[in-house]
Amino acid sequence: MLSFLTSLVNGLSLGSIYAIIALGYTMVYGIAKMLNFAHGDFIMVGSYVIFIFVSNLGLSPVIAIPVAVVLCLILGVTTERVAYRPLRNAASPLAVLITAIGVSYLLENVALLIFGADTKSFTSVIPWSGITLAGGEIRIQGVTIITIITSVVILLALQFFVHKTREGQAMLAVAQDRSAATLMGIDVNKTISLTFAIGSALAAIAGAFLCSAYPSLTPYTGAMPGIKAFVAAVLGGIGSIPGAMLGGLVLGVIEILARTYISTQLSDAIVFGILVVVLLVKPTGILGKIIQEKV
Amino acid sequence: MKKFRKAASVVLAAIMTASMVAGCGSSASQGGGSGETAGSAASEAAGASGDATFKIGVIGPLTGGAAAYGTCVANSAQLAVDEINAAGGVNGYKLELKSEDDELDAQKSVNAYNTLKDWGMQMLLGSVTSACSLAVSEETKADNMFQLTPSGSAKECVQYDNVFRVCFSDPAQGTASAQYIGEHKLASKVGIIYDSSDVYSSGIATNFVAEAANQGFEVVSQEAFTADNNTDFSVQLQKAKDGGAELVFLPIYYKEASLILQQADKMGYKPTFFGCDGLDGILGVENFDASLAEGAMLLTPFAADATDDLTVNFVTKYKDLYGETPNQFGADAYDGVYAIKAALEKGALTPEAGVSGICESLKKTMTEISVDGLTSEGMTWDATGEPNKSPKAVVIKDGAYVSAE
Repeated sequence: MLSFLTSLVNGLSLGSIYAIIALGYTMVYGIAKMLNFAHGDFIMVGSYVIFIFVSNLGLSPVIAIPVAVVLCLILGVTTERVAYRPLRNAASPLAVLITAIGVSYLLENVALLIFGADTKSFTSVIPWSGITLAGGEIRIQGVTIITIITSVVILLALQFFVHKTREGQAMLAVAQDRSAATLMGIDVNKTISLTFAIGSALAAIAGAFLCSAYPSLTPYTGAMPGIKAFVAAVLGGIGSIPGAMLGGLVLGVIEILARTYISTQLSDAIVFGILVVVLLVKPTGILGKIIQEKV
Repeated sequence: MKKFRKAASVVLAAIMTASMVAGCGSSASQGGGSGETAGSAASEAAGASGDATFKIGVIGPLTGGAAAYGTCVANSAQLAVDEINAAGGVNGYKLELKSEDDELDAQKSVNAYNTLKDWGMQMLLGSVTSACSLAVSEETKADNMFQLTPSGSAKECVQYDNVFRVCFSDPAQGTASAQYIGEHKLASKVGIIYDSSDVYSSGIATNFVAEAANQGFEVVSQEAFTADNNTDFSVQLQKAKDGGAELVFLPIYYKEASLILQQADKMGYKPTFFGCDGLDGILGVENFDASLAEGAMLLTPFAADATDDLTVNFVTKYKDLYGETPNQFGADAYDGVYAIKAALEKGALTPEAGVSGICESLKKTMTEISVDGLTSEGMTWDATGEPNKSPKAVVIKDGAYVSAE
């Protein structure tokens, strides 16, 4: 029982990281209807910015994180403007997908050029070591608790923003029907830029938490968590904001339980196997809605 | 648009033709000082015996996750080559060195090999890691090119008779680690965390477990991870802890090891960590809290703080030139260049012997030489390509490697 609880806590700890990344992923997909495969690399960029400010310049994370958020925001909006927007109306929807993969490689290699391939050890931005339960047998790390709280706050803020504000309503309209939204006087370009701004800012925050939980920073740090978070977003129902949160937590818990009780080597195979089963039974994911195409 | 394309293709064709001509031109004048990446000493003084030089290629991960190994190998080999050239070369000929990057990718390693072959490589010092070395050995076998891997430690790396190595094989590392732990009674219960997607790591783990039975300690947990899943080790550590392991054996590279040490610390689990040569480099991880590695041990044939003349000379020169402390991989490469020198001298070879001629001669003379190097005294090789040498254990104390003896 105790070992089960420990695994559950470890799973939530991993899942909370997936959740916070998946929120940014699903936001961009939900509105702009494109998979930003470079999202994981925005996370890496954000992490390097924080690393430089905290470890090299000795500044407080309180300053470093907002700077990283702003820089990632600029990066995200610029990427969208330069690389994605010109292809938005390309003949094949694959064009923009392939470009996103290209952006991902570009960012990784630029980081490789600037920072080198050496692993850097990230100083946690959350100094709190956490709490212990059951007489010290179970430890919940501070970063886990803060990550879960932060992702709930982000979840609520996004829900509020999308459903209650004018800009959020514009996003929903763009998501539903782009040309109709244009006819209603909504500036589609501006709305999608705003979506990317929010998504990229979330990537910087996710970077701070990812690297605090797993403090090793390389130019490839964001790649694998990015893919896992994408899986989490699909599992929860891509495009659904609460779905991303739920998908992330479920994925993390399944992964750790599979590792504890089945095999440390097969955990990925099991995780992806479950994804296949979920998608077969419910193709829209756990919380996804079926969107009917109107003719 | 069409016109533009036509014009562009003509221009491109012209550029290609020009570059081919330029390519021929430079290869014809090679040895006369055109080898730009080759050592400065090598190209300047190439006049000793005409223009011919012995051309040694180096392949290793100069960028990417294992760059700490590859760059140290390339730098150390260059250091050895410059020393040898300054002392008059080999059989009156200078050595020339060129390094290519494989980014720890077997396919890119083969590409690097082909690039070096175009350059005119006669002997290969590489590749640095097992999987890459293995991939390249298929090519060297087909070309009958002499290959000496400084640190490709997987068993299969030297399966062909044209391939030798400087480091221990994985079986030898796994067995030697188990013997060391047994002989020094470091622990009675041992946990293992290894990378099942890496031939180096799984090779050591298998042999470690096999030898453990003879050494009177128990392996209580043997847990793997894969390259795609190498950030969260909570489960593997938990299993070792639940099994009561006093020592955790980490036959893995330092990047993952640095994460394992940090996560164990967060869990409040403090066993002795014991690794192999892959752990060498952990103190070089930028911003890593070295106090976490306090007391960790590793089995390595080279300790940079050793006080023998050879090591002091090598480490001092390396620090002067590159501003870093060299690791064991660099020491292997340095010894590798001297082994090639000794074997070339034994066979009284000249560069005119050609790739195949050099290879045939070296296959024989490598087994006849004895090299006093950085990684061992009196190293010898047998025809299987395996070196005979004795390992040393080092322990991390106050943020530095100290001999454990």
